Amino acid sequence: MAIIPKKNAIPTQEPSVRAHNFNEVALGYSPEVAIEEAKRCLNCKAQPCVAGCPVNVHIPEFIAKVKEGEFEEAYQIVNATSSLPAVCGRVCPQETQCESKCTLAKKFESVGIGRLERFVADWHNEHATGKARAPQSNGRKVAIVGSGPSGLTCAGDLAKKGYAVTVYEALHKAGGVLIYGIPEFRLPKKIVAKEVETLKELGVEIATNVVIGKTLTVDELFEMGYEAVFIGSGAGLPNFMRIPGESYKGVYSANEFLTRSNLMAAYRDDAKTPIMKGGKFAVVGGGNVAMDAARTALRLGAEKVYIVYRRSMEELPARREEVEHAQEEGIDFRLLCNPVEILGYKNPDDPRDPKNGFVTAIRCVKMELGEPDASGRRRPVPIQGSEFDLDVDAVIISIGTSPNPLIKSTTEGLEVNRWGGIIVNEDGLTSREGVYAGGDAVTGAATVISAMGAGKVAAAAIDEFIRNK
Amino acid sequence: MYKILTKKRLNPTVTQMEIEAPLVAKKAKPGQFIILRVDEDGERIPLTVAGCNQATGGVKIIFQIVGATTEALNHKEAGDSIQDFVGPLGVPTRTDGVKKVCVVGGGVGCAIAMPVAQEFHRLGADVTSIIGFRNKDLLILEDEFRACSNKLIVMTDDGSYARHGNVTVPLKEALEAGEKFDLIITIGPLIMMKFVVATARPFGVPVTVSMNPIMVDGTGMCGGCRVTLIQDGKPTTKFACVDGPDFNGYEIDFDEAMSRGRIYFDFERRAHEETCNLFKLQ
Ligand SMILES: Cc1cc2nc3c(=O)[nH]c(=O)nc-3n(C[C@H](O)[C@H](O)[C@H](O)COP(=O)(O)OP(=O)(O)OC[C@H]3O[C@@H](n4cnc5c(N)ncnc54)[C@H](O)[C@@H]3O)c2cc1C
Ligand code: FES
Repeated sequence: MAIIPKKNAIPTQEPSVRAHNFNEVALGYSPEVAIEEAKRCLNCKAQPCVAGCPVNVHIPEFIAKVKEGEFEEAYQIVNATSSLPAVCGRVCPQETQCESKCTLAKKFESVGIGRLERFVADWHNEHATGKARAPQSNGRKVAIVGSGPSGLTCAGDLAKKGYAVTVYEALHKAGGVLIYGIPEFRLPKKIVAKEVETLKELGVEIATNVVIGKTLTVDELFEMGYEAVFIGSGAGLPNFMRIPGESYKGVYSANEFLTRSNLMAAYRDDAKTPIMKGGKFAVVGGGNVAMDAARTALRLGAEKVYIVYRRSMEELPARREEVEHAQEEGIDFRLLCNPVEILGYKNPDDPRDPKNGFVTAIRCVKMELGEPDASGRRRPVPIQGSEFDLDVDAVIISIGTSPNPLIKSTTEGLEVNRWGGIIVNEDGLTSREGVYAGGDAVTGAATVISAMGAGKVAAAAIDEFIRNK
Repeated sequence: MYKILTKKRLNPTVTQMEIEAPLVAKKAKPGQFIILRVDEDGERIPLTVAGCNQATGGVKIIFQIVGATTEALNHKEAGDSIQDFVGPLGVPTRTDGVKKVCVVGGGVGCAIAMPVAQEFHRLGADVTSIIGFRNKDLLILEDEFRACSNKLIVMTDDGSYARHGNVTVPLKEALEAGEKFDLIITIGPLIMMKFVVATARPFGVPVTVSMNPIMVDGTGMCGGCRVTLIQDGKPTTKFACVDGPDFNGYEIDFDEAMSRGRIYFDFERRAHEETCNLFKLQ
């Protein structure tokens, strides 16, 4: 059989239409197309794709089931190692993971593994009947801090083993970054809500509005009878650039901008939470977060959105598909540019002018790529005298986040590295007995799949720890 | 959901409520705050904890009806519930080593200043309270302040009650008369706090100010609450929700804080009008 060189395309909303709505951009495969795509898999013996997956999903096996039209079986295979397939199929950077290892990718386009994963998960969600049932309780309690992918996964795995699990979440809604950060047009919130519902059916208790370190401490959790604690508190602390003008009105961290739009639904016409809409935006950074912020600003009605990134297209860390979608939607990429200052309005004659203190422009310097740095990427260096101004009304800073120091500062004996990441061993065990951690709280901002994987590893270790007590 | 245990109108624009939140009641210390949402889809707003009742699990909040959210909250009655209530957030007010303190409150800021004054009183410090209001009708908490202060001075801007003038007048008199405060704590409108700092500066008395910027999460996750401190001539950014809300008054960039506080001014005014109209219709 002749090899089909290209992946089956995934239907998407027209760029000119989707730039004005928050509905999902990619629409997913039909069963027929999924089967076609599955047929492209060579079913290689060595299974290189599996090694490329952070949680080693049995990829060729599930794809073989898709090929036969046995979608539920396919789903069960994925679900055995991944607890959030509908999420991961949408947001994993497949091009640097499983798909980069695909044998086909040496000459052609890889198999659309992510698209197939998404397909089977969506198929399951649509067709599966019956609720998850809470298993026989073993009467032992575990507390989870944070309801992002790491916490939800750890909770689910432990609940299935019969533990009484409580997830403590600081915000008013469960889901972590999946709820407050990643926008609806990339990850519909009903998918996250479904995952949370399933956990509740398994008997997991979700306690929102509890900040561990403030409302309760880790030590108090043990006093309350929890035998182990998993910390999946993420890396939510936004970094700023420390350049002049960052406090002008209209300068947002990506976290603030996305939280206002996603969690607080500021995109709605009847929103109670305000956000700046319209005008010109500059988004500083090149990751998924930057793409999400830029495309959200566009959908909120911006007339122009720039991405300002100090390296070149090649180094852009965002998922390839998001970059392509952003380009199609008309986001203006200003690569090899670095902001040096944000400029604001000041009426010299009228200190009470309401426009005073609002952003007017971002001053950037052009960069060129020099020698490779420690990360192996070529280091961008500023070109002397190349400063220029982009006129904008708002600036969104998306240059990364760090773990929040709150839990560390209130938990004696919990060791962290110099980035604030919690130090753990290969089981996810921290420097405190019975306290485990995983996800962005350990690694710094990373990926959904690695956070999920860490939650799984810790759940197994916690089970072992409690059983051997 | 969190139940409203009691509700009391302190003046035409200021209401006091006790919300049932036992975990918060157990932990909250003076100077800390909570974040609440009135209903699903509601905005998150920070309010300072004005007191706790361990027996009932009630947390006291006092709020001025200034916008859509506080308007909606004020339409709830005892027995009703609100959607979300989280805390205690922020760092408690530092009280150690203070033997003689001057608490300067303005307007609804007095609600935040009161538990601080009570705490100093409880710890045995000598407490002078200066509280100021625009006029007699807006006066709140006079009896409470009297009960926890060695000396209380009430001011009104228009002279309709007690002494005429603003809070910096008696503060300056006290400092000039040689009163030796270990600390001045001021809570109220930014412009008032700025002038309290200016008044204290020549006397070299430490001033703590309580900042109340726009917040979203209250856990250090968004940076929307950032304030600039000038330390050794250099600006540093702090997040008021986790590093504050109390800061060294001599370091705060008040002008920037005032500017940032008005970022959503138009939106808020419109939202408030709409909410008022909605309640009128009902
Ligand atoms: C905008 C955006 C887009 C992204 N896009 C992608 C993508 O396309 N693909 C991808 O793989 N990854 C993406 N990521 C990264 C990915 O979302 C994270 O790596 C992942 O969510 C980390 O999961 P986590 O469980 O460690 O923590 P989080 O998802 O951060 O969840 C942590 C939770 O803990 C809560 N919490 C924190 N402190 C406390 C406390 N003291 N007490 C109680 N609760 C607490 C927080 O409120 C939060 O809900 C993106 C991230 C962002 C911000
Ligand atoms: S309110 Fe978001 S960081 Fe302070």
